[in-house]
Order: sequence, then structure tokens, then C-alpha cells
Amino acid sequence: MMAKYGKTVGALALTGAMLALGACGGGSDTGAQTTPGGQGGGAIKVGLITKTETNPFFVKMKQGAEQEAKAKGAELMSAAGKFDGDNASQVTAIENMVAAGVKGILITPSDTKAIVPAIEKARRQGVLVIALDTPTDPQSAVDALFATNNFQAGVLIGKYAAAANAGKQLKIATLDLAPGITVGVLRHNGFLSGLGVPGITQDTKEQATDPRVVCSQDTAGDQAKGQTAMENCLQKDPGINLVYTINEPAALGAWTALKAAGKDKDVMIVSVDGGCTGVKAIQEGKIAATSQQYPLKMATQGVDAVVSYAQSGTKASGYVDTGTTLITAKPVPGVESKDVQYGLQNCWG
Amino acid sequence: MTAPTIAPPERSAATAIRQRLLTGSVVGPLVALLIACAFFATQTDRFLTGGNLSLIIQQVMVVGTLAIGQTLIILTAGIDLANGAIMAFGTIVMTKLAVESGLPPLLAVLAGLAVCTAFGLANGLLVTRVPLPPFIVTLGMLNIAFALTHLYSDEQTVTGLPPELTALGNTFAIGDTQVTYGSVVTIALFLLFAYLLGQTAWGKHVYAVGNNAEAARLTGIRTNRVLLGVYATAGLVYGIAGLLLVARTGVGDPQAGQTDNLDSITAVVLGGTSLFGGRGLILGTLIGALIVGVIRNGLQLIGVPSIYQILITGILVILAVTVDQISRRRVK
Repeated sequence: MMAKYGKTVGALALTGAMLALGACGGGSDTGAQTTPGGQGGGAIKVGLITKTETNPFFVKMKQGAEQEAKAKGAELMSAAGKFDGDNASQVTAIENMVAAGVKGILITPSDTKAIVPAIEKARRQGVLVIALDTPTDPQSAVDALFATNNFQAGVLIGKYAAAANAGKQLKIATLDLAPGITVGVLRHNGFLSGLGVPGITQDTKEQATDPRVVCSQDTAGDQAKGQTAMENCLQKDPGINLVYTINEPAALGAWTALKAAGKDKDVMIVSVDGGCTGVKAIQEGKIAATSQQYPLKMATQGVDAVVSYAQSGTKASGYVDTGTTLITAKPVPGVESKDVQYGLQNCWG
Repeated sequence: MTAPTIAPPERSAATAIRQRLLTGSVVGPLVALLIACAFFATQTDRFLTGGNLSLIIQQVMVVGTLAIGQTLIILTAGIDLANGAIMAFGTIVMTKLAVESGLPPLLAVLAGLAVCTAFGLANGLLVTRVPLPPFIVTLGMLNIAFALTHLYSDEQTVTGLPPELTALGNTFAIGDTQVTYGSVVTIALFLLFAYLLGQTAWGKHVYAVGNNAEAARLTGIRTNRVLLGVYATAGLVYGIAGLLLVARTGVGDPQAGQTDNLDSITAVVLGGTSLFGGRGLILGTLIGALIVGVIRNGLQLIGVPSIYQILITGILVILAVTVDQISRRRVK
């Protein structure tokens, strides 16, 4: 009997620890909570579902949402996937938030198509759903989209690269996101369009190309993968002199590879994002220019939209551009840009 | 009683306890689950509603079903790192064949199930015939299935599925509560395997192989055939999990299932099954999966960020294995 008894005691200890932790978790997060009983009469509940918990972009987004929720007396619930592309966790989070009685959900969809049925289900139950940063496919699956115009973000750095390299024979490497992800295609195509490649529009679904693009690799926006991709591109064509990257971690990875090959002074890197690390890299001359986007603004406006829906029943709709600014330390004539100082004041991460 | 061929003839009280510990008990996990439920029920009145409990079952049905196959394999002292990837490949096969090749939905589903079973069979052959350690075989197969999924899907999510493929996501009402057919399939599978493992000779052979493969072989059990059956059956079950996933999400998603291998092992371990094989109950795995689902759902309802769910799950896994180790030592 001893063994069996020991097992039960163990199980009890286990649940005790779990409960203590559960209580701890609850305690550390009561900042935004008003009614632990979960009664409907309390604060307006707003859900925020990001792709991951760790990316500084989403950390900033969450901060913005928390601040705004506090200011408006609303309660923010948050959740995230375990990795970029983790649709199942986002579906589960939507269901749980609807069960928790949220008025609206702000979501950065990890898989733009796969999330759609879950979003539609939530909307049928009267929940306002706003996509932040990344549009769903189709975009009309959500009530509204608050996001950077990623095509325009690409156009800005494309135009900059064209003007800064006027008269030069370009050999381009593009370090992209991942196949089939809209944000990556939009930035890539915007860049080429800004560079002057004809026939590309915002509606071009396929990742466009150009004879000057000698190497395109997927990096998942990851620094280590960016470095590997750049190394491989240099193997393919050592004459590369312009590098487009999906974001600054990929850009810094590319810079590390270029530096190791002794080419960091001769090759221009342009990127999209505008994170603080990225802007500092511009200051240090590693990256030439970046299109800065504003996750804080997306979150703030998203929370406001849910609160106003809860109060007046007015649903936000359509696309709201949260803006992009070209940040560079070396401005070129004819291309509007802001300096590093402005970039640092408005950066995230 | 475990395998009749190796059971000692006498039936003293000590033997009875020993027998019981050899197959395991679900008391510990069940108490943990009930306490978690009681805790959340006191924290929010949204937890203990029919709709929410039905939701939790829906949310654990995919990992729970994968964990059935995982339990079978772990009972034989193996491990399967590839189950999520095999399932994902199965879903892409089903959805692509139905949507793009215009195959009748039923045939597409059968093709998906067949592919998953073939993967399971391949695992089993490599484990028994070469033989290779299950960890290595399924690590390799994880990468193979992952790559094939991405190659075959061309990285595209498959949408516009015929209604037959998502039929298991439809609901029926029990009182005011909407329950999906998929949840029923999952529960039915658990009951089926509880019967097969507990009441049939095959089940007893599975436990015997996991306890001591050499002893089992000497008593006349064809251990390789048992193992092969276990891996192939697990593959088929992964295919069913894939069908449930398609029904739940309404798409064929090549990114799916990437953490499901570890999540299914978590459910098995929380359910009290020993990673050393030969001991554990399939219904414990259902409880293990529900514990994860209840914590995730409950914490969300009371507004705690999802990262804490992962933290708590990690601690629970270590505690559960500790309990297993201590009780094993006492049996000896």
C-alpha cells in the first residue's frame, strides 16, 4: 500500500504546485484586471493575439495595447503562438477569448489563410476582429486591418536604392521571408517596383523577379538564417552589390556574412522594419536605409476601435494605414527621408 | 493481470498491488485534473459551462488522438518524434487530393489515412528489422515527413475544402451544449484502445514487450510482430488525428503539427505512463491531454498570458515523471 499512497501524495503535491503557480500567474497579471469573477458587468475585454511572444515587434505591440487598455479602463487579454506559423495555437486563443467574453480581438495572423475559419466563427458570435500588421487572406475575413502598407514600405527602400545607386550596374540579392506569406511578397514586390521594375502592383500575388536579381533566399526573418542565406548568395554570385532584406535581423545576418567576405563596405543593404537595433545599425553604417513601421500605433488604434465598438456599436472597417517612414543616415536627393534621430525616437524593441 | 504467459500463479495482496503498479493508475492525474477544474471554476463563472467544456475537448482532440498512438509506442518503451509531421503530411494529402485532384472526398481521406499508416509501418520496420532505436528512426522520419509536407503542398495552405472533409467539425446538441462529432470520435478512440489494451491478448502482449522484450520473446510472444503492429496502428491513428485537424481548422495547413510530437509526449507523461515502457493506461493519456487543455483555457479565461500555461506544463511534466520514478523504485 505504501507505493500507492506515495503516488497519491505525489499527485497532490503536483496539483498543489500547479495551483500555487496558477495563482502566482494570476497575481502578477492583475494590473489590467478588474473583475476576477469574470462577470459581464466589468471592464470591456479586448483580446490581442500575436504571432509569437518573443519578437520585439510584438512585445511593443502588446505594450501599446496594455497602455491604451489601461487608459480606456478596458481589460487586455493576450496570447501568442509558439512559433511563427503556429496556426493551431492562434485558433485555440480565439476560441478561448470568445469564451471569456471579449468584445473584440486584435490578431496578427500567423497563417493568413488557415486562420480564416476561426475568425469567421468569432465574428458570427458578434466579436469585432481586427487584423494588425498582417492582412488575412482574403483581407475581407476581418472587420478591419490596421497595418503598415508593406508594398509602400518596399517601394520607399526601392526608390532609395535606385537613387543612391544611379548609373551603377546592380546585382541584387533578396533575403525574403518565407514562401506564400503575404507580407514578404508585398515588401519584396514593393522593393522591385520602387527600383523601377515595371508591371508590379500591390495586387501581384507571386513574388516578382528581375534580371538584376541574382539570388533570392528565404530567411524567415531570422538573423542566423539571414547570414547563411547571404553566404550562399555570395557563393552564387560574388558580384552582388545591393541586398534587400525582409527585416533588420536578416539584414544584420547579411552584414555579418558580407563583413566576413570583406565586402561590407561595397555592398548596400536596405531593409524594412525600423526596430531600434535596426536604426542603430543604420547609425553604425551597416544598413543604408530602412522603412520604419509603427506597431505601437496599430495596437493603440486597435484597442480604441474595440472600445468604441463596445460603447457605441460602431464597427471599424476597411484598411487603415498606420504609416511608414524612410530612415537613413545618408539621404539622397528626390527621396523623402528622416534621420537616425527621428528613427530612434520612434523605434521599437 | 498482465500477460497471462508471464503472470505468476499465486495471487497475494502484494502481487495485486504490483500488478496494479505495472499497468499504472489514473488516480493521480485524475485528481490533478479535478483540482485544476475546481480552481478555475472558483475563479470565473465562464469556466464550468457546457459550451466551455465542449470547447476544451475540441481543443485537445488533435493532440489527444496523436497521443493515443504515442501511448502505444511509449508502452513498448519506444518514442515517436514524428507523429505531428506524419499527421501534417496526411492532412495535406487528404486536402490536396480532394481539392486539386478532384478525388471523391472519401477516397482522399482514405489515401491520407493510408499514407499515415505507411509511415507508421516504415517506422515499425526500421525499429524491428534493422533494428534501429525508435528515437533515431522517428527523428529521421520527422524530417522526412516535414520536408515531404512542404514539397507536396508547395508551401501553400489548401483551402476551399469539400464539406465531407470538415464534417467531423460539425456539431450536435446535448442539451444547450454544442458538441463536435470530432470530440466524439476522439473519446470513442480512447475507449476502443482502453479495451484493446486492457482486455485483449494483443494489449497484454504490448505491455509485456514494453516491460521486458527478451522475457516476452522467451514466453513465445512474437515481439517484432507486436511492435510492427503498434507502429502501424499508431500511424493510422495519426491519420485520424489529421482528419480531425482538417475538420477543426477547415484548411490543409503545411505548418501544422510542428510541436505536436512533444505535446503528445507531454499528454502521455502527465497521464502517468512510464517512459520506460510497460506501464500506463490509455485513459491516463486522455486525462493528461485534458489537463493541458484545461490549464490553457482556464488561464486564458482569467486573463493570464498564454506563456504561463507553457511554464506550468513544464513543471507538471517534471513532477509527473518524478512521481513515476519514485513509485517504480518502490515496486522494486
